[in-house]
Amino acid sequence: MDLKNVASLSFFYPEFILSTTILVLIILDLIASRRRGLAMIAMVGCVASLIATLDLYSAQPGYLFHRMMILDNFSLFFKVIALAAAILCIWMSLSSNEIKQVHEGEYYTLLLTCTLGMFFMASSSNLLMAYLSLELVSLTSYVLTGFLPHNRRSSEAALKYLIYGGVASGTMIYGMSWIFGMTGSLDYAAIQTALGQAAFNKAALFMAFIFILAGFGYKIVFVPFHMWSPDVYQGAPTPFTAFLSVASNAAGIAIMIRFFFPGVSRSLPSGDWAFLSGVEWPQVLLFLSMITMTVGNLCALNQRNLKRMLAYSGIAHAGYMMMGLAVLNNDGLAAILFYVVVYLIMNVGAFLVVAMIANVTGDEDIETYRGLAWRGAIVPAICMAVFLFSLTGLPPFAGFIGKFFLFSAVLKQGGAFGALALVAALNSVISLYYYAKIVKTMFLDTPNPEDKPVAVAVNDFTLLIPLTVLTIVFGVYFGPLVQYTSQSLRFFVK
Amino acid sequence: MNNVLTYMTFIPVAGAAIVLALPNNAKLIRWVSAAATVPPLLMAIWLFKNFDRANPGFQFIEDYTWIPSYNISYTMGIDGLSISMVLLTALLSFLCIFASFGIEKAVKGYFALFLLLDAGMMGVFCALDFFLFYVFWEVMLLPMYFLIGIWGGPRREYAAIKFFLYTLFGSVLMLLAILALYFSSDPHTFDMRIIMAQGNKFSTEVLPIWPFQQLRWGFQHVVWMALFIGFAIKIPAFPFHTWLPDAHVEAPTAISVILAGVLLKMGTYGILRTNFPMLPAATADMAYWLLGALGAWNIIYGAFCAMAQKDLKKLVAYSSVSHMGYVMLGMASFTTQGLNGAVLQMFNHGTITGMLFLLVGVIYDRAHHRDIEGFGGIAAIMPVYTGVTALAFFASMGLPGLSGFISEVLVLLGTWQKYPILTILGASGVVLTAGYLLWTIQRVYLGPPNEKYLKMPDINGREMFTLVPLGAIVIIVGVYPSVVLDLLRASLDQINQVIIPHL
Repeated sequence: MDLKNVASLSFFYPEFILSTTILVLIILDLIASRRRGLAMIAMVGCVASLIATLDLYSAQPGYLFHRMMILDNFSLFFKVIALAAAILCIWMSLSSNEIKQVHEGEYYTLLLTCTLGMFFMASSSNLLMAYLSLELVSLTSYVLTGFLPHNRRSSEAALKYLIYGGVASGTMIYGMSWIFGMTGSLDYAAIQTALGQAAFNKAALFMAFIFILAGFGYKIVFVPFHMWSPDVYQGAPTPFTAFLSVASNAAGIAIMIRFFFPGVSRSLPSGDWAFLSGVEWPQVLLFLSMITMTVGNLCALNQRNLKRMLAYSGIAHAGYMMMGLAVLNNDGLAAILFYVVVYLIMNVGAFLVVAMIANVTGDEDIETYRGLAWRGAIVPAICMAVFLFSLTGLPPFAGFIGKFFLFSAVLKQGGAFGALALVAALNSVISLYYYAKIVKTMFLDTPNPEDKPVAVAVNDFTLLIPLTVLTIVFGVYFGPLVQYTSQSLRFFVK
Repeated sequence: MNNVLTYMTFIPVAGAAIVLALPNNAKLIRWVSAAATVPPLLMAIWLFKNFDRANPGFQFIEDYTWIPSYNISYTMGIDGLSISMVLLTALLSFLCIFASFGIEKAVKGYFALFLLLDAGMMGVFCALDFFLFYVFWEVMLLPMYFLIGIWGGPRREYAAIKFFLYTLFGSVLMLLAILALYFSSDPHTFDMRIIMAQGNKFSTEVLPIWPFQQLRWGFQHVVWMALFIGFAIKIPAFPFHTWLPDAHVEAPTAISVILAGVLLKMGTYGILRTNFPMLPAATADMAYWLLGALGAWNIIYGAFCAMAQKDLKKLVAYSSVSHMGYVMLGMASFTTQGLNGAVLQMFNHGTITGMLFLLVGVIYDRAHHRDIEGFGGIAAIMPVYTGVTALAFFASMGLPGLSGFISEVLVLLGTWQKYPILTILGASGVVLTAGYLLWTIQRVYLGPPNEKYLKMPDINGREMFTLVPLGAIVIIVGVYPSVVLDLLRASLDQINQVIIPHL
């Protein structure tokens, strides 16, 4: 299926719904007097788009818009992830004190635009489209990061994000120009054909890939493109941080898998992917993965601010997910998709608790959490413990299953990957230290006399409890989720 | 009774859920929790009666598919090795609930976590699927962390995180080993029974990228080592033992009993359950140094450390390190006596050390300290208490007629045939043990009564209730050890037969 512009539109309605919602939000923002309704409209738009996306699973995969985009299970999966993150973010924003200070119409408009950009990231099949969609996500993210008025941290974070983003995407487009120069095309399928036919300078090709990796790596947040993340996570409004930490990361993974796997590698019947011979790609990814998880975990050890700590933990998790890329086979990719879902649930859960506590205390410092369980917030404390232990990778929580699949994909390859698995396993132990530090502060420390009781709004539980239950359910009964993720690993290749 | 093992494991979980739903009435919560441990105990007695002692294989098997795409199943079953541990777990969980009746802080949380811990322990001993085994193994960590961390002594935070980090370090290595075995088994499976049957197939050829040329390690050896470190931390074998004194000293009494009585056994249980039958060639290569010699070292090192302690609880904790050394030594001998002695020692150590920790708890509740030098003449003040203590101490020392004697003698008999030098070293531990225990009796119980404690009441009914069953078992097993040995023999012989061709 290779559709022209008009014919493509009938497979484009999730994006349509989202765009319509964005326009409605802009108009209503100008005329409506009650702004609270805007969040509901954004939510309805996302849910409708989600239903439409799920509906598209039955459609035949193929190219849309003159091979600019691809419709296949893989892109649909990441669209679902982006929408789920957006819905959770809107839900969190409803009761967030931070969001009350900002101009809500613009906030939700930008949030949905960012989601729309992620849709394009997941489905782009052309370097130009990839670049544009990545920029769309980045630009909206810069604005949302700096959205808190009169907050220096927020503005500083936005500026840092902008500068790092500019450098990363500049490097990426430079790499893309090399690829274009060598192959004469921006279309993934054409690039692959061209690379297969002529002998190219391997070093030049390798450098081009490294440059492109800079752009993707900055979205997925791996070392050495990670410097922006702690400041941005700390400065941005917490609901948006939660969104950014999972959706932006997932979209980066989507675009990276799309380019490096069906884009330039060849799929073998065994489930392995043959990368261009002569380019030492797995080794680079293996090395980056080890460095990323280790740096993330070591830096997280001494953080006092929870959002900052979760930023570093996010870097570590990006490193874990990269293990699945480095092994160059479908098991690894399936493990990544599974991890993305699990990470979405547990990381948003952790940020939700941070947001809940910050709403009451106005602070994200670990000191604020002293004896939280004994200060009337036993339920959020228990849920937080579940999320944190899940992030550590302890059974019976979903995070364990995610890591289990990643480890098993890596160990299956054997050889040097055994070392990668060992490094990752030891990293889990390191990460326990800082995750458990939060648990310790909440449960083991006795509250100071001057610490006030924390009265959490009950309507926050409507989101918190389902996330906690899902974290446990997917840790015990993950069969259906495994099936869903392995079905999502279907690429449309010409 | 179908699915008896599942009931034994999950009734405490249901109990924990009920406890959480109860109103905040400490008395009600205590009794409901106690009630939740009764069915597993009754089922354990039923198992003891109905266990086929001549059958070396697994019995009471339950097998359900869990995640078919990865060949993960929910498989439970017990053989002679695990039934002794299941009995011990059921008994100690029941008794420790009563030993915890003194807990006043956040009663609901304590008992709910305790019941979860109970379920995790039972699950570890019953699981026959490696994945399930690992899940139970880790599930146990969380309640333990909170039980030490919230209800423990002054340095509880340090002790809790140390315990957690040490164990997690071991278990991630174990996870890698489990996955390595999964990918080497054919067809890929987590079923322990199938992996055991394929134990001889795993490669022992020296790995191509192995950096240490002197140690000619193959795949089996590396996997063996990864599993071993995971288990050695739990035993705890030197040099991974340092979490134990900290955890024991800070933990509340009942948790110390569970730690020493059940958790330590998981280490040696794991080695016998997985390392021995699954990796027999590596076991034969590694046993002398890493089980035998390390075990003997554990005996002597633990005994000397115990001798130097000023804190009564720490003394008992180090005596555990020493006594677990006998288990390792006996395992390494690959003789019938040695192996049976080792497993019997696991069982006996559970009951004897359980008693010792309970007894330390009794005196700590009254005097609010555990300083050995701070007592004196307790025998005159608390005669009944002193009597029970003497029984436990003598059992720990290995006095003939009490259970500790049988297992230690069996271990030494079995080891003598293979490693005379290690046996002599191990036997010297008996003398050292007698030394520090008798010296403790002299300092704490004998001599003129300490004026401060003249008014201390003797042991009460609830405390007696927790001690008497253990004391009775110590005497019964000491006089008639076949009660336990009959359960073990067939299965242990089978395990031994797998290794012997590789020696």
